[in-house]
Amino acid sequence: MSNEAVLHAHSGVATHEVHGDHHHEHHHHETFITKYVFSQDHKMIAKQFLITGMVWAVIGGLMSVLFRLQLGYPESTFPWLEDLLGKWAKGGRITPEAYYALVTTHGTVLVFFVLTAGLSGTFANFLIPLQVGARDMASPFLNMLSYWFFFLASVVMLSSIFVETGPFSGGWTAYPPLSALGAASPGSKTGMDLWIISMALFVVSSLLGGLNYIATILNMRTKGMSMTRMPLTIWALFFTAVLGVLSFPVLFSGFILLIFDRNFGTSFYLSDIFIAGQGALPNEGGSAILYQHLFWFLGHPEVYIILLPAMGMVSEILSVNSRKPIFGYMAMVGSLFAIAILAFLVWAHHMFVTGLNPFLGSIFVLLTLLIAVPSAIKVFNWLTTLWRGNIRFTPGMMFAIGFVSLFISGGLTGIWLGNSALDIHLHDTYFVIAHFHIVMGVASMFGMFAGIYHWFPKMYGRYLNNTLGYVHFWVTMIGAYLIFWPMHYEGLAGMPRRYYDYSSWESFKQFIELNRFISTVAMIVFAVQLLFLFNFFYSIFKGRKVKTQNPWGSNTLEWTTPIRPGHGNWPGEIPEVHRWAYDYGKDGKEFIPQTTPVGADESHH
Amino acid sequence: MTMFLTIAVIALIFLVIFQIAKASEYVSVLKGEDVSRRQNNKINGFLMVTFLIGGLIGVWYCNKLYYGKTLLPYDSASVEGARVDSMLWITLAVTGIVFVITQAILFGFAYKYQEQENRKVFYFPHNNKLEVLWTAVPAVVLTVLVIFGLRNWFLFTGEPPKDAMVVEVTGKQFNWIFRYPGKDGSFGKKYFRNIDDANSNSLGILWDDKLSHDDVVTDKMVLVKGRPVKLIIGSRDVIHDVGLSHFRMKMDAVPGIPTTLWFTPKYTTKEMKEITHNPDFVYEISCDQMCGNSHYSMKGIIEVVDQEEYDVWMAKQKPQYLVAFPDKDPSNAKAAADTAKAAAKTVAKL
Repeated sequence: MSNEAVLHAHSGVATHEVHGDHHHEHHHHETFITKYVFSQDHKMIAKQFLITGMVWAVIGGLMSVLFRLQLGYPESTFPWLEDLLGKWAKGGRITPEAYYALVTTHGTVLVFFVLTAGLSGTFANFLIPLQVGARDMASPFLNMLSYWFFFLASVVMLSSIFVETGPFSGGWTAYPPLSALGAASPGSKTGMDLWIISMALFVVSSLLGGLNYIATILNMRTKGMSMTRMPLTIWALFFTAVLGVLSFPVLFSGFILLIFDRNFGTSFYLSDIFIAGQGALPNEGGSAILYQHLFWFLGHPEVYIILLPAMGMVSEILSVNSRKPIFGYMAMVGSLFAIAILAFLVWAHHMFVTGLNPFLGSIFVLLTLLIAVPSAIKVFNWLTTLWRGNIRFTPGMMFAIGFVSLFISGGLTGIWLGNSALDIHLHDTYFVIAHFHIVMGVASMFGMFAGIYHWFPKMYGRYLNNTLGYVHFWVTMIGAYLIFWPMHYEGLAGMPRRYYDYSSWESFKQFIELNRFISTVAMIVFAVQLLFLFNFFYSIFKGRKVKTQNPWGSNTLEWTTPIRPGHGNWPGEIPEVHRWAYDYGKDGKEFIPQTTPVGADESHH
Repeated sequence: MTMFLTIAVIALIFLVIFQIAKASEYVSVLKGEDVSRRQNNKINGFLMVTFLIGGLIGVWYCNKLYYGKTLLPYDSASVEGARVDSMLWITLAVTGIVFVITQAILFGFAYKYQEQENRKVFYFPHNNKLEVLWTAVPAVVLTVLVIFGLRNWFLFTGEPPKDAMVVEVTGKQFNWIFRYPGKDGSFGKKYFRNIDDANSNSLGILWDDKLSHDDVVTDKMVLVKGRPVKLIIGSRDVIHDVGLSHFRMKMDAVPGIPTTLWFTPKYTTKEMKEITHNPDFVYEISCDQMCGNSHYSMKGIIEVVDQEEYDVWMAKQKPQYLVAFPDKDPSNAKAAADTAKAAAKTVAKL
């Protein structure tokens, strides 16, 4: 279906703009509800994803501050905590139940709601139609549903916090039998039911979104936009969507079996269990490890679902602000492809110490370390992109450079953990926490910040405040390293994850001052994120206005739209594309937009 | 009160930062955006290189502070663990070199190629030679690491030496139960429906199985220095994990699926006290898999001793069969007979 036909079929609202160059100022009828709530405009849906993601980031971040308070000050009491949490912080000290609920919800929310929905939900929605030259998504209606399923998932997850037996508290991976048996942990009662429902809704949201992104990229590129002329952001978002569509259903099936085990007496995951106070359970013949296979079959691609959009945006932003083409475009696409394939073949490296067949384990070691090759290619290509460029340190660029730094730091420790003979020592210690927070958590967060700073002018027609942006960057960058770098040392002491209190352990109690330091830095970094939020919302209304159509001097199509594009994006014809997106500094010209036809005298590369 | 003060101070700091930020924006509009961008660029370029230098100093300082608190200054407490350590050092050397070089290039380039008015960028979209180079070199280096790793992995997960002793480890919320096979060297069968904590059968041992009669159940694990030990690991309820950080080993305890792990203790607990200069040193088993609200307190104790000391200790242990059925215990036989008589009398009176 062509772009025009889709718009006629689905959304009528933009037809005026489609028809003419002449009367695009003419406003069609839009109510508050259709414009801001049940909007089918991909740009508005992107903003909805972004702002919901921000709300969750604040909640998830605040949770980490609370449990860091326990880790940093295990002996102290804070009366205001009891005011805030009630029975979950009796006497001003967080209870173990609350601690584990906080840790679990922090993980779930940050991984799925912030770094999946908030990141690819926002930027896939915002950038795909704008950068491939489409008026909207293939199905704006499904796109709207995708957001509202996410919203429902959010509401259910939020409601689980207020359940009497508490939210789910068995870790974000929700391994059964712990997650299957209410008798094993109070959090596995109603809290877990809500957790699963919320996640199921989230999977639906994610599939609706993903299918839409793939359909749009494959079918709705404008004239001349061949696949190899697409900006790397689009390639990255494309692979992200493919990963999600192929792996989320597997997670979903794992959840279905878990629901059956929880509620209908099946034994998919349960066998040989005796619960103190309840006695032997009737279940026999299930495998608790089966769930882990199903979970990590999504779980590992999930980290690339989180990381790839950040990689794509960083590639774009590094190139634009170095005023230089991205180095090795085809190698970048190839390495994205390699990562996407390998992402499906490495899941069991999360399971080296589950009693997995050692031979199978060895295959997964090989495939896991293989991922380091495309990752290395990407890093070297980013570095070469900077080489002999003319770098402008916009806040977006700063975060992009920060992303590369964090990706290197966290990626290298992946080489440690991917090797099973080292993992047998470091598995489930703080070393792992340091590794995945740096490489997946903070790095992708940086990618997201880079994207927000870079495309904010396109989203709202105003700039974010630069000074606040620089303060935000430097404090977050320094803070992230101060928080997570020393955790490697805790891991090298064998200190396990997910402990409420280390003081009774002769082997791990020596880090109390370090933990206090980390907690303090975490609070400062959290406060600075609030400063960013302030900057964001303040600038939507009061920021400096964008006065030129293409403020960064960028080649891609989104900057050929009006400063504040309406639904349908281009008032006139959709522009035609004549070249790739990275002709910066070619033949002495600072930049050559994709819409410029190739000149007769242009050099060949 | 302090709470409100803290909030007030934070709010004030925010306000000040915000005012400065707003003022700087006005100034930049007045000066012209190009001028202010160039200024910002200079500052941030300088900060980039400062961050690199400060960061590397920080890495060194962090190491100085915390290296001594890790396990690395002391030898691994197991023979196999020493291989983990040597692999760890090799991996650290490789990744450490790459880390320093790439970070230096990243921030160095950022500083060096910051915007300058007369700079002409180098149009450099691709170069096959370079790309082949940095595909091939990491691939070769990683192959070496994989080979080291897999050799160790197959040793760790392979069969233990024939003279290895066997201990069964069972996790439950929230402690560990250990079982020794006794003189016959074989465990009696067990079945989870037979678990009966009240009657001293926390493992569900089938007493009909004669092999079970000399099985010893303990709440700490005693091992012999220099003698390989094979652990047969299981769980009664949810997934736990036998974390042996001093021995550099770890294995999940999964209900319904037994797992195994073996290693050779190298130092007795006493020797480790001297090596670590910590008179309170003790080998701890930490549960490394989230298992419920008291996960953090699920501790097991291992004591490594000499063979003689072990023999003395083992001789003192009573087989669990006799704990569960005190009347079968020869040392209790007389006492049991007396009780039986008394009971018979009571019945007769009634």
